[in-house]
Amino acid sequence: MGTKHATFAVMPPRPQTAAGSAAGLAGWMVVPHTAPRLTIDLKLIGWVAALTLLATAATAATTPGAPRSAFEVIATWWPLLLKGFLYNLLISAAAMVIGTAVGVPLGILQTSKLVPARRLAWGVTQFFRNSPWLVLLFLCMFLLPFQIRIFGYVIPLPDYTKAILGFALPVMANVSEIVRGAIQSVPTSQWESAESLGFSRRQTLFEIILPQCVKRMLPPWMNLYSLITMSTVNASVVGVSEMITLTNDVLAAEGSRPALLAPLYGFALVCFFLYCYPIARWTQSLERRFIVKG
Amino acid sequence: MIAVADWFRWLYDATGINLTYMYDSFDQARMLKGIWLTLELAVVTIVLSIAIGILGAWLQGSRFGLLRLAVNGFISLFRNTPPLVQIYFFYFGLGYLLPRTLDPTTGAMAPLLTNVQWAIISLSLFAGAFNIEIFRSGIEAVSRSTVEAAESLGFSRWQTYRDVVLPLALRTCLPSLSNNLVNLIKTTNLAYAIAVPEMMYSAKQIWADSTNVTEMMLTVLVFYVAIATLFAWAMTRLERAMRVPGFGQQEG
Repeated sequence: MGTKHATFAVMPPRPQTAAGSAAGLAGWMVVPHTAPRLTIDLKLIGWVAALTLLATAATAATTPGAPRSAFEVIATWWPLLLKGFLYNLLISAAAMVIGTAVGVPLGILQTSKLVPARRLAWGVTQFFRNSPWLVLLFLCMFLLPFQIRIFGYVIPLPDYTKAILGFALPVMANVSEIVRGAIQSVPTSQWESAESLGFSRRQTLFEIILPQCVKRMLPPWMNLYSLITMSTVNASVVGVSEMITLTNDVLAAEGSRPALLAPLYGFALVCFFLYCYPIARWTQSLERRFIVKG
Repeated sequence: MIAVADWFRWLYDATGINLTYMYDSFDQARMLKGIWLTLELAVVTIVLSIAIGILGAWLQGSRFGLLRLAVNGFISLFRNTPPLVQIYFFYFGLGYLLPRTLDPTTGAMAPLLTNVQWAIISLSLFAGAFNIEIFRSGIEAVSRSTVEAAESLGFSRWQTYRDVVLPLALRTCLPSLSNNLVNLIKTTNLAYAIAVPEMMYSAKQIWADSTNVTEMMLTVLVFYVAIATLFAWAMTRLERAMRVPGFGQQEG
């Protein structure tokens, strides 16, 4: 895990991240692609939505004697399922806020001049970055108490708060890497010139380095957000109420007919796709813009 | 071996730290089976996802617009939907639609594909979608003049891809690839959700019997961190060994 990992801190790097490293070579290829792709992608969203509707209708038509078609089932239950999707969004947003609040100082600490602090921050980051998200979720769900007692006050910890903490841990570690990567991507000469202008280390960091980092950190941070949103369905494995948990409830309520499995999970797939795909496109366009400015 | 087992039994008596898989042969067998299946899942999905990545990136450079559109659609779909729901969709949804076959050993009807096979298929497709993008970015970084030189030497399209473009592209995209594959190793434990008896599953069986949740949980965590770190280290070594001077990402 050398310094090279820094620039690729976010887990699945978008193509332009690597292409950007050879920007001089690849730049000409990126540009002409932009315009036609975007229109294709808008079409793609429409196609996906239309195909799902068709597929559900088709499944409905091919199940003879079934009490209710998949299409009717979704038509009945979609408000509940979308409410579940909203829980997913809330869990991911809360995890993102907590994870970022802890991850940014941790990332700054990783560039500290103090060796023990730097080592500790590095160790914590690497540990939580390399552990599977599902295991961290299990860890939080099973090892945290259901309530904590502070100064005689009893603070209950319902399962979704534990789930939020479980998702905040990997967010923290990834944000920490994003921050470290961004700080280290600023040329050293800037530190030196700031020093020669009489800035203290802290002033240099907060007034010169970090403001530039925000722009560099935004695309990988959005990438992480999209990933954590998709991971919130893992909470269904430990029984937290969210879209997939509710989907399973709906399946049970409809008599657990196997014919409903594909359409209902397909519906969840479409919901996530329609939410995450625009974010991914937006992230890519931001990345492209920032790379050109360098 | 007996001394080790005795020590862990003593540890349990003295401190309450109950690592059953160190002294109970039944738990040990379960644990080893789980670890073995996790490693197997990791290796098979890594190989398949790289194959999907290489093939997909090659198809993306195709002259047929429809083929390119199909590959792009595949990437967008798999990147922007939750892997867990993909696994559910494949295993429960598509698994139900496939025909059933007669299992000769039991005489009962069995699904065409087992849950382990479905887990491998969906995880490979998921990671493969990311790999296509990664390889494409590497291919785009190969300079045009190199490709033209190969063409002028009489290389066919496939030959150019296999002997010139791919070896160069692979080196450029190794850091991103290693990131994605580490991620894949971590994601294999989602197979737990469809009862694939991998490590997480064995750990859960053990803690259900011995109520040693904390110990088993930490064991699983340490194990995953260890293999992920080991793999990342190996990939960094590979990167260094394969580096072409003056090409691709430079050491900072």
